[in-house]
Parts: sequence; structure tokens; C-alpha cells
Amino acid sequence: MTLSASLLWLIPATPLAASVFGLFAPRTARTLPIAGALLGLVAALGLSVAALAGALVDPAVRATSDFAWFTFGAQTLRLGWLLDPLAGFMCVLVTLIGLLVALFSTAYLRHDPRIGRFFGFLSLFVAAMLGLLVTNSLLLLFICWELVGLASYLLIGFWYERPAAAAAAKKAFITTRIGDLGFLIGLVWLHQATGSALFHDGGAGALDAPTLARLSSTLLPGGWAVSTAIGLLLFVGAAGKSGQFPLHVWLPDAMEGPTPVSALIHAATMVAAGVFLMARVFPLMAADQGLATVPFHALTGVAVIGAVTALLGAVLAVAQNDIKRVLAYSTVSQLGYMMLAIGVGSWVAAVFHLITHAFFKALLFLGAGSVIDATHHEQDLRRLGGLAGRMRVTFATFALGTGALMGLPFVFSGFWSKEAILHAAEGWTVSHLPFAAGLVGVVLTAFYMTRLVLEVFFGKARGEGAAHAEESPGLMRGPLVVLAVAAVGLGWLGLPNWPWLQTRLQGGDWPVHGLGEGFGLMVVSTALVLLGIGAGWWWYGRVKRTDARALDPLARSWPAVHAALAGRLWLDELYAATVGRAFAMLARVAAFFDRWVWGGAVEAAGRTAETVGQVNRAVDEDGLNAGFDNTSEHLRGSGRRYAKAQTGDAQSYLRVVAIGLAVVGVLLLWGGVR
Amino acid sequence: MNELPLLSLLVALPWFGALLLWLWPKAPVRGLAFIFCASTLVLGVIAAAGFDPTRTGYQWTERHAWIPSLRIDYHLGLDGMSLLLVLLTGVVSPVALATVLRRLESPRLAALLFLLLQGAALGVFVALDFFPWFICWEFSLVPAFFLIKGWGGAGAGRAAYTFVVTTLAGSAGLLLAFAALYAATGTMNFVDLAQLQAEGRLPGLLTAVGAGVPTLAFVGALVGLAVKAPLFPLHTWMPATYAEAPPGVALFLTAVMSKMGVYGFFRILWVLFPADLRVHADLLLLLALGGAVLGAMAALRQTDVRRMLAYSSLNHVSYCLVALFAAAAGVKGHEVAVEAALSGALVQAFNHGLSASALFVCAAALESRAGGSREFARFGGVRAVAPVLAGMSGVALFSSLGLPGLNGFVGEFLIFRGVFGLAPWAAVVGTVGLLATALFLLTFWQRVFHGPPAGAAAGPFPDLDRGEIAVLLPLCVLMIVLGVAPGLITPWINPLVTGWAATLPMP
Repeated sequence: MTLSASLLWLIPATPLAASVFGLFAPRTARTLPIAGALLGLVAALGLSVAALAGALVDPAVRATSDFAWFTFGAQTLRLGWLLDPLAGFMCVLVTLIGLLVALFSTAYLRHDPRIGRFFGFLSLFVAAMLGLLVTNSLLLLFICWELVGLASYLLIGFWYERPAAAAAAKKAFITTRIGDLGFLIGLVWLHQATGSALFHDGGAGALDAPTLARLSSTLLPGGWAVSTAIGLLLFVGAAGKSGQFPLHVWLPDAMEGPTPVSALIHAATMVAAGVFLMARVFPLMAADQGLATVPFHALTGVAVIGAVTALLGAVLAVAQNDIKRVLAYSTVSQLGYMMLAIGVGSWVAAVFHLITHAFFKALLFLGAGSVIDATHHEQDLRRLGGLAGRMRVTFATFALGTGALMGLPFVFSGFWSKEAILHAAEGWTVSHLPFAAGLVGVVLTAFYMTRLVLEVFFGKARGEGAAHAEESPGLMRGPLVVLAVAAVGLGWLGLPNWPWLQTRLQGGDWPVHGLGEGFGLMVVSTALVLLGIGAGWWWYGRVKRTDARALDPLARSWPAVHAALAGRLWLDELYAATVGRAFAMLARVAAFFDRWVWGGAVEAAGRTAETVGQVNRAVDEDGLNAGFDNTSEHLRGSGRRYAKAQTGDAQSYLRVVAIGLAVVGVLLLWGGVR
Repeated sequence: MNELPLLSLLVALPWFGALLLWLWPKAPVRGLAFIFCASTLVLGVIAAAGFDPTRTGYQWTERHAWIPSLRIDYHLGLDGMSLLLVLLTGVVSPVALATVLRRLESPRLAALLFLLLQGAALGVFVALDFFPWFICWEFSLVPAFFLIKGWGGAGAGRAAYTFVVTTLAGSAGLLLAFAALYAATGTMNFVDLAQLQAEGRLPGLLTAVGAGVPTLAFVGALVGLAVKAPLFPLHTWMPATYAEAPPGVALFLTAVMSKMGVYGFFRILWVLFPADLRVHADLLLLLALGGAVLGAMAALRQTDVRRMLAYSSLNHVSYCLVALFAAAAGVKGHEVAVEAALSGALVQAFNHGLSASALFVCAAALESRAGGSREFARFGGVRAVAPVLAGMSGVALFSSLGLPGLNGFVGEFLIFRGVFGLAPWAAVVGTVGLLATALFLLTFWQRVFHGPPAGAAAGPFPDLDRGEIAVLLPLCVLMIVLGVAPGLITPWINPLVTGWAATLPMP
């Protein structure tokens, strides 16, 4: 059974309905909201599979179904739905991971009195993300994009009594909104330039070839193509959502949300949105590629930012002590790889990595959640340790996820998708720096994950929680096992010599390579992974930590480097001291001017008018009144009204108005009677 | 002309209610007041039902000679903009009245004054002759003054005085402008003046009176309207007034009376002085942007809930004016942008009325539970103890910061769509205001609603009662419905906007 484009709205609608149901259920309800959310996700998963099946019948076909939203002036804003393999694969991914995370959450949050609300927000999160995936309109995509932001705000701040959670939620919303402002400008610019809010609209849509040709051939002052500028603005939005440097700072703080939320954010519903956006509008991003005259190509910017982020995230992950923060910076780094892939022109490789990463990162986060739950909310890896024996399923699945993230060769999914990215970066003609950054990132990834696994699962337990940990319940182990299977196996869908996934995503031919062509690169990256593991073992494995308070081995070797990394290169502090302070300063200046300068000026003007009015009144009453008394009522009424209007004499003015109104009332009544 | 003098009834019924309250001392005050207050919504819906959205020009018109010797007419009529604002008044007035009368022991005088205020505001939205229009415009100050002074906070006397005097000073400008127009044309009728302008004769007639007269008339009208809207930097009466007025009155001031200013900008300046608007568009755009950006920035520094909301209102209304001034300078080839900007301004005016009302009701709910205190520091963790209040104010807050899916986004999107096409730099600068708005609203939310219960919320802090929910729920529903389906209100203004864009003298 397949799902036609006109019914695509059902995919986001089912979790949305569950969300409304969950949020309006009685506050203490547990079973019904949970059941509703699970039902909604199962239904959405079924619909997504049907949609994907439909999209795969002929991957080159884009099925659309548009509708009018509203009309302003003479312009009708049309929005729509779009089904292609990209949307189909992403929907299945999001609903599947959403469902697994939801199942895990039923156990993880079993003691939380607000679990019903949690499932309402979770459904909203998934619904917004699904809407974003199946839309044929950048405007509708933006709407869903912002709703994703709202849901993440609600979920990151789910434990809002905790000030840190409340602050992290705000930080996430504001930081991503900075990016969204770029998105908004790009959006209105695109609408201005194309006159359509649709992606594909029979040649008139923003991603249709004639439009792209026009956008890339229209030049701005400085020789920039319009498509370059719009593309970069949209990328600003994607950078905010997908944690790209310099807007990555919210992502590690978002750890304050319940751990299943982290899994969702880092895998399927939040950070994936930016990469998806870039994949969706890739034709626009690449429209300026053929132009030799433009000074800058949009994709070059994407590649540079992606490379910087890939490296930065990996570097910062090295010195974190919170198990979730290590994983968070790892996500930053992996998202950098995806953007890098898009920047070097291979959005297909980016989406391939997005899919494999979603599964193994969800696995790692849920594994961390399992650890945290079992150790009574211990997240500091210095106080963990020795869990491999106590939590066998969690350890085994976490180890598989780690293998996938490091990119251990041939077996693990992460290897194949990462290889695809490195292969694309290697062939990029503009610069070899992204490729180099990618290779360095491989070493670092293997290093920090080795450290994490060694510290958490090996050695002896260094805290109360770890010492008494027991394996998590079946509802938590089940999703871990399913995700572990995917983390290992999914890479086989996109082998270089059998690029099934790539061919489908591309909707056309994809170059088939023998394994031999990229073999040299595979050997190099495998060697780099082993180097990272070896280094990790060298520092953290030979002598295992026995005391939670002991200095980090890296800090003993290179204290300055470790301090800088542990302090996250002081980027947060830098922002607080520059952007934050500038904003606060501007606010202070604005408030000051408001109170004393504008306020003072208006006050002074008012006082002057008052004084003039009083002088005038004195003259009026003492000097002129006697004379005026003898003139006619009519003259007095109208003449003085005009004169006084300019003096600001409030009382008498009000009196005139009141009398005028009485006259109006009489006239009205009279008119009504007549 | 219609048989039923619907618009006369619309304006007169609240006043009639006030009269009844005055003459009938033993009246069931609340019941009576609400019936007459709600009459606006009923008549507004009737007017909307009978309104032909495909027609341009005024509908439901009533025109009678009033003072023939001065060529003053009793002339009422409704176009899409008036209809929108009448409906807004209809929705907001019962909310405001309920908030004003809440917990009042002797509500009679306050109810009476409020009905007078409501009728005056309606008069402004439907009068088509300057004379009745201006009477309503000015008269609205009288009940507002007494409501603020009589039922406001500690500094209410001073605030009410500043409010009235500043507005009166502005009104002097308006009066001057129309005195000049009258001297030049012999009429003060908006429709007749618009006709003269459309025929291109108005500037000539004004110049014939005197060389400086056209400028004088333009500047006079501009100042009068700018104080009311308000346009930066003539907004300084606002923070103190909104903070000291009783919450229900502050609500009405921002939701409806600030729209009188926006309405005047369109009805008078846009229609009668397009050339002057165009000449000064850059400066005015800069001022409106100042209101949008600096208003939001100043809001960041406030720790008083209602002062923050006052600056928030400045920010939101300024976006309407940004759109208007950008559109006034529109050039050929950008008609779509002009249409977007103008639609955005009107839609934003309506939507801001809804969300600001809801926010002021929530502020009132907070204040009444903290012994009248409005300081952030007196609250904390309210969400935990009053989840319904948190939920409803959350909807209003996200509507206010322009979250898509709620009504506030529609106006903002249209405004940015339009302004970007007309003055890209202004749109880019304007986004700073959007960011600051999100920042101050979420900071307010974080400090008052999140964290562990503290301050007033640590003690007995009841959640919203039925009365408060009954007031807020319709607003929340409207915010969601109009966010999803803005097409419910845009058809009324589309012909108007298209007409405005078509008649704009674009170079």
C-alpha cells in the first residue's frame, strides 16, 4: 500500500492529534497520554513506510499536493506537501526513532508525575519534525521548523523547577532563533525573488530549474548571485538548528532535558532539521556552482563551517566529564561532517550519514540514559566505572554504538557513511582543508569515545551509584537492542559497490565503485581510528582511574590544553563578554535614553506648553475676558476652542469637548426620532 | 444606504448602556454593563456577515447633513480596516471590562466610564467626517482619564495627567491640520477629501491657502497620530500609564486605543498626504524602527511586568508603522511587497490587540495574587503552582513573540515580506527587534514562571478561577485559530489593500 501526496498531511497529523490529546488530558493522567502518543507514533510509522514505499516506486518522481493558505492583497500564498525518497526515508527514520525513544521513556520517566505532559510534548516534537519533512514549501517548512524549536524549548525545560533546565531551554530557543532570523530573511527574499512559496510548482517553484537559473544569474552589487546570498541566509538558519559553529553553544546545554529528549534532539528531530533543510534546498545552494564570475559560492561557506564544526566538536568532546556532554559535542562534530559533505557537493552522503548517525547516536544517548537511570542520576564519568559487568546489555549495545560512531571498518554503519563523506571531501577541488579536518576528526572521535567507554564501563566503580547499579528494565533494553542492530547493519544499504540508498535518494544514477577505488582511503581512516583508540588506551586504559577526584591523565600530561578544552575554549564566556554584553549595553542605553532623554525632552516640552498655557490663561481671563463677554456665544465657542487647542490648557479644553459631545448626543437623539 | 442604522447603533449602544447605568442607580450593574459591552461584538459580527468583501469603498454607510452651514455631516461607514478594528474592539471590550470590574465593590461608575470609552473608540473607527471623528477621538480621553486616576496604582494621578496632556498636545496638531484642510477645501469629510486627493487637487488647494500650509497640515496630523499610536520617540507617556492604569484599562489602551493611532495613520495620512509621507518616509521609517528595536531593548531592562508589556506594545505597534512607512515609499515593480506590508500592518494591528489583551489579563492575574506587586522579583516558579495560568499566558507569550502556528506570526511574516522588498536594510535591522522580543519575553517567563516556587508563588497562590479562564480561553482559541487560518480575516482587507497599492503614486 502506498500513500499519495494528497494524504501526506496525515503523517504529521497523527502525532499532532496525540499531542493535543495528551496536553488536554487531566494533569495527573498517565496511561491515556502515553497510549495516545505511542498509538500516534505507530500510526505515523505505518503511514511513513507506506509513503516511502510509494516514493520508491519511481525515485525520480516528486509527488506534490498544494493548497491555498490565505490571500493577502491579490496574492495567494500556496503551501503544499511533497513526497520524494528523501522525505520518505526521513519520515521512517523520525517515526521509528521517535517510537523507540517513547518506549524507552515510558520506563525512564516512570516516576515522574508529569509523564503525561511529557508524552504530549514529545508527540508535538515529532509532529513538527514530520511536517517539516513532507512539505513542498519553504514557508511551511519554516513554520514547522519554529514549532520544532518550541517543542525542544518545552522538553529541554521539562524540569522547569531546576534553574539550569530553565536557562538551558531559553538558551536553546534564543540561539537557534538567531539563526532563524537569517532563515526568515532568506525566506522572504526567496518569496520576493520567485513569487512562490513552493519548492516545486511546475517550473515556477523556488527549486525548479528555470527559477534557479534566474536566481543564479541575477547579480547583486559586488558580483554575488542572489542564489548565493539566499542560500547562505538559509544556511544561517540551518547552522543554528544543527549546532554549527558559532551557534553550537546551545546544544551541550540542552543536556538539561530528560535524557530521552537528548536522544531525540541529537538523533532525529532537532539537529537533523538543519541538515535536512540543506539537503532539501541543495539545488538552490548549488545553483551558483557553474558560475566562474561570482566571488563566493554558497556551498564553500557550508563546507568551511562544516569542517570547523567537525573539528571543534571533536576537540571539545575530549575533555568533558559529563557523559552526556561528551556525546553532545560528538553530535556537534558529526553534524559538522554532514554539513561538510553538503558543502563539498554530496548531499546524498550527508543524508546517508544523517540516517546512520541518528540510529547510533540515539543508541548512545539511550545507553547513557540507561546508565544514568541505573546509577541514580550519576552523569559524571569520574564517579562511574566498572559498569560493563553490571549492565551487560547496556554495555554491549553502547559498545556497538561506539564502534559505529568511531567508524570501525566494514561492519559498522558509521564506517560506510563516514567513508562516503571523506571520499566526497577528498575529491573537492576547491581546498583540501575540509578533508584534512575530517581525517583529524576521525582520530579525535576514536580517542574521546575510547576514553568514555573506559571511564564508564571499565575499572572499578568510583561512586555510590555505580557501585550498586543494576541492569535497566526490559522496556529500556529493548529499544537499545533494536537501535544496536540498526547501528551495525544500516551501512550495508549504501555500500560503494551497491549504493542502493544513494541511488534512491538521488532519484537517478549514482556512480557505482568497486571497493578497490576507495580502498586506500579506507585503509588510511582505519589506521586513524586505531591511532585514536591506541591513544585513548595510552592515557586512560593502561592505568585505570581509581579515585573520582584524581586528575584527568590528559590534564597531567598537558595541563594548559586540558584546561582550555574543559573550559570549552571559553567560547560561551567570549559570547557573554561580546555579543551578550553588547546586547545588554544596548538595552541599558535604550532604557536610559527612554527614561531621561526622550522622556526628558517630552517632559520639558510638556512643561513649556503648560507654562505658556498658564500665561495665556492669565492674559485671557484678566485681559480679554471682559471684552469677550460682550461678543456672541458662537464666536466665543468656536474662537476660543481653536485658540486653546494650541495652548494645552487641559481643563477648559476637556470642557469644550464635553459640551461638544452633549451637543452630539442631542443631535443624535433628535436625528433618530426624526 | 441601508435601512438599519447599524453603525449608529454600534456606537450608541455602549453609550446608552452608560446612560442607563447613570439614570438607574439600582441597576444590576455587571449584567447590564456586559450586555451593552457585548453588543459591539454582536453588531460587529452582523456587520461582517453583511459585508461584501469583494467591494471596495465603504459599506453600511449613513450620511445625514448635520451642520449644513459648516458642511459638516453625520457620516458613518465601514471598510475592511474599520470592520477589523470594530471586531477587535468587540472581542477585547468584554475582556477589558471583566478585568476592570473584577473584585470591584462598587462597579457602577467604573462600568459607566468604560462603556463611554468603548463607544468613543468605536466612533473613531466608523466616523467618516472629521468632526464626529474628532469628538470621539478627544472624548475617549475623558473616561480614560478618570478610570486611570480613580482606579489606578499609586502614581496613577500623575500618569493620567501626563497621558491626557501629551495626547491633547498631539490633538492640537490634528485640529490644526483639519483647520487647514477645511480652510482649503471647505470640507472635513474624509471621503470628500480623499476624492480631492485622488483627483490631484488637494495639494494645490492647500498651497493656495498659504505656502507653509501643506507642510503644517501634514506635520500637525502626523504629530497627533504619532502620540496616540505611539511613534517613537513620542511614546514616553506610555510606560508609566500602562503601569499605573488599572490592568483592564491598560489592556484597552494598548489593544484598542493604540489602534486608533494606526487607524488614523491609514485613514488620514496615507490617504490624504501620500506625497508628504513619501518625502519623509526614510526618517519616519527610521523612527518606527527605533520604536521596534529600542522598544524591545528597553523592555529587556524592565523588571515591572506591565512596564515590560508597555515596551512590548511599542515594539509591536512600531512594526505596523514600519510596514506603513516602507509601503509609502514603494516603487514600481514592488506592488506585491506593498500589498504584503499593508496587509501585514493591519493583520498585526488586529493580532497584537488579541495577544496584548491576553498578556495584560495574565499580568492582572499575577498582580492580584501578589498583593498588587508587579516586580519580577516577587515571583518565581508560578508554572508549578498555577499551571493553567502558565499554559494560557504561554500561548499569549509565544503569540506575541511571533511563533508560527499562532496569530502573531502572520502579521510579522507579511510585514517582513513587504518591508524586505521595499527597504531591505529596514527588514534586516528589524530582525534585531524580533530577537530582543524573544529574549525579554522568555526572560520574563523564566524568572516568573520557572525555577522553584518563590515569592508570592511560595505562599497560597490559587490558579486561575473560572472567571479568568472564561476571559482568557476565547482569546487563546482565537490566537490559535487565526494562526492556522488567517484567511478568516484577510478577505475583508484584501480589496482595500489592493486598492491602496494601486493608487500609490509610485515613481
